[in-house]
Amino acid sequence: MLKRVHFPSSLLPYLLVAPQIIITLVFFMWPASQAIYQSFLIEDAFGLSTEFVWFENFEYLWNDKHYHAAFIRTGFFSLAVAFLSMSVALILAAYADRVIKGAMTYRTLLIWPYAVAPVLAGALWLFMFNPTIGIFPYLLKYIGYDWNHYLNGNQAMGLIIMAAAWKQVAYNFLFYLAAMQSIPKSIIEAAAIDGAGPMKRFWTLILPLVSPTTFFLLVINAVYAFFDTFGIVHAITQGGPAGSTTILVYKVFNDGFIGLDLGGSAAQSVILMILVIAMTAVQFGYFEKKVEY
Amino acid sequence: MKKYILGSLVAGSLIALGASASAQVKVEWWHAMGGANNDRVNKIATDFNASQSAYEIVPTNKGNYTETMTAAIAAFRAGEQPHIVQVFEVGTATMMAAKGAIVPVEKLMKDAGEPFDKSDYLPAVISYYQTPEGELLSMPFNSSTPVLWYNADALEAAGAAEPKTWDEVKVAAKKLVDNGMACGLSFGWQSWVMVENFSAWHNLEMGTKENGFAGFDTEFTFNNDAVKTRLADVATMSADKSFVYGGRRGDSLPLFTNGECGMWMNSSAYYGSMKAQAKFNFAQTMLPLDTSLASAPQNSIIGGATLWVLGGHESDEYKGVAKFMTYLSSPEVQAWWHQETGYVPITTAAYELSKKQGFYDSNPGTDTAIKQLSLNTPTPNSRGLRFGNFVQIRDVINEELEALWAGDKSASDAMDAAVERGNTLLRKFERSVK
Repeated sequence: MLKRVHFPSSLLPYLLVAPQIIITLVFFMWPASQAIYQSFLIEDAFGLSTEFVWFENFEYLWNDKHYHAAFIRTGFFSLAVAFLSMSVALILAAYADRVIKGAMTYRTLLIWPYAVAPVLAGALWLFMFNPTIGIFPYLLKYIGYDWNHYLNGNQAMGLIIMAAAWKQVAYNFLFYLAAMQSIPKSIIEAAAIDGAGPMKRFWTLILPLVSPTTFFLLVINAVYAFFDTFGIVHAITQGGPAGSTTILVYKVFNDGFIGLDLGGSAAQSVILMILVIAMTAVQFGYFEKKVEY
Repeated sequence: MKKYILGSLVAGSLIALGASASAQVKVEWWHAMGGANNDRVNKIATDFNASQSAYEIVPTNKGNYTETMTAAIAAFRAGEQPHIVQVFEVGTATMMAAKGAIVPVEKLMKDAGEPFDKSDYLPAVISYYQTPEGELLSMPFNSSTPVLWYNADALEAAGAAEPKTWDEVKVAAKKLVDNGMACGLSFGWQSWVMVENFSAWHNLEMGTKENGFAGFDTEFTFNNDAVKTRLADVATMSADKSFVYGGRRGDSLPLFTNGECGMWMNSSAYYGSMKAQAKFNFAQTMLPLDTSLASAPQNSIIGGATLWVLGGHESDEYKGVAKFMTYLSSPEVQAWWHQETGYVPITTAAYELSKKQGFYDSNPGTDTAIKQLSLNTPTPNSRGLRFGNFVQIRDVINEELEALWAGDKSASDAMDAAVERGNTLLRKFERSVK
């Protein structure tokens, strides 16, 4: 006969997880449910007249070609940010991995931008690229390039991509460096003895070995570009010119807080919420299983 | 134990102190004035508090215009609203539609028994904030209007005269560029300057239902030939840098103050910044006239903000609000505010006082804005705008204009698209306030 062990039920485990549960409920579940409820309403700003309209706000978005354009724009933006920041971080990490003298200083300096708040990062880049007083437009004039991101949508997009990527390089760098340092030295040394130069070692050994990190970072960076770049856009372009840098998260803010269209804005944030849930599911379900050495 | 007794004694006396200080009725005032104007707002509040002992005005800066308005709305929804909030002119329709949330200023003054005579106020200033029946809803505080700023030194060097018409503006811009300037003309707040005021200045309708004053079922009509032709013409000016676009709001100010642009159309309230930044002789004159549309200008419309009174407070607090409104409109306060900031005085008395003090003689041109506003009795086309969702609609107009300046769209397509998108937003607003 099997012996069953019975633990007397106790309040303690519930108490121990309670803070976490409460935080999740108060700061995540409750606002999320409010957003879902709000997305079914058409309401004036003061909340004096409210009409329950089911999915009309979503229908409106479905038919709004400006919303579609913002969707495509956001996709391009996050891919560009992820690609730029990850490739730069990879190169920097590859070099930092080889540095012996002054490694700490070098690394600290590379990690620095991560501590900069998005709005400040935006302000920095705006200052450097301000068409009237910025240093870069001034220098670009010498090679005959006219920089005016107030007017040129592609330049504006380029600028927020650079600013967003710059801020994320530090984060990616940390992960890449850690990944590279966890590669056993013996493998690298064996390759070196076999006659593989640094470039060859990087392409055939290091890059494949850090690929799980690459996939992890790809999702993290996409999520970052989707949701955490609001401050940068707000500081640099406010979504302009001609809406060419209005990414989804900025549109939520713009329609909700500037336009005071709370229902439409809530509907957009519900869509974003579904997106981030999907991305997280992909990260946990797919990448964690598939990418192995 | 002793420590506790001591501590509670201290705490108790502190509470007593606080209570004696708050015997005055507190009136919260949320505003959006930053920088030097923040200090001026504080000075007005301090002076008012010193002038009497029953009420205390507490001014709080809540960020820029949009942030202040959003903060007040959020506070209202939470039942924590201030007594007075400063709202910019494009928020007028939203505030007005919130009937249960606001107390019309005229009603406030009457209920509090404060003397209030509407005829003391400049018609072009208060007409923007009146109901179709003529009731004043909010108290104008900082009002300005767009004017044509120019670099007097540069115009003289280029051999151009002060432009009065659009044809002359074009000639002057060309001369400035030919004389080596990087740009002839630029402007900011482009929807306000180039569409809203251009329409009012030439007595053109911007939307049906008296520009929205007569009902929320208004529709835009600013995609007319007059506006399209003017904008198309400005767009062609960018070919030889006679016109250079420098961004939204006041972003293009440095273009002018650096001496790159010879002419700049924007709010008269940039006077203070220019005085501090421009190292050349600058002057302001009235907006240019399109002689193919009118033989004389109508009047320009105002921008800036007014003070709205929010509901849900005690009646003795509203007495304090009313007293403060009276103080704020007094000729001395208004004249001082006007001369310090470049905003227009809201009462005729303050204008007369500034004249008497010789302000316009020692600062020529500073009365341009007020002259523009009071040029004629405002018509339904020129007394102001009342469109819901107008903050967003201005963004739409900005976007479409930017597409035009960038050469992606023709003036006709851009304005048609702006009207179509704007009408959608108007319909959305109409639904939300029903």
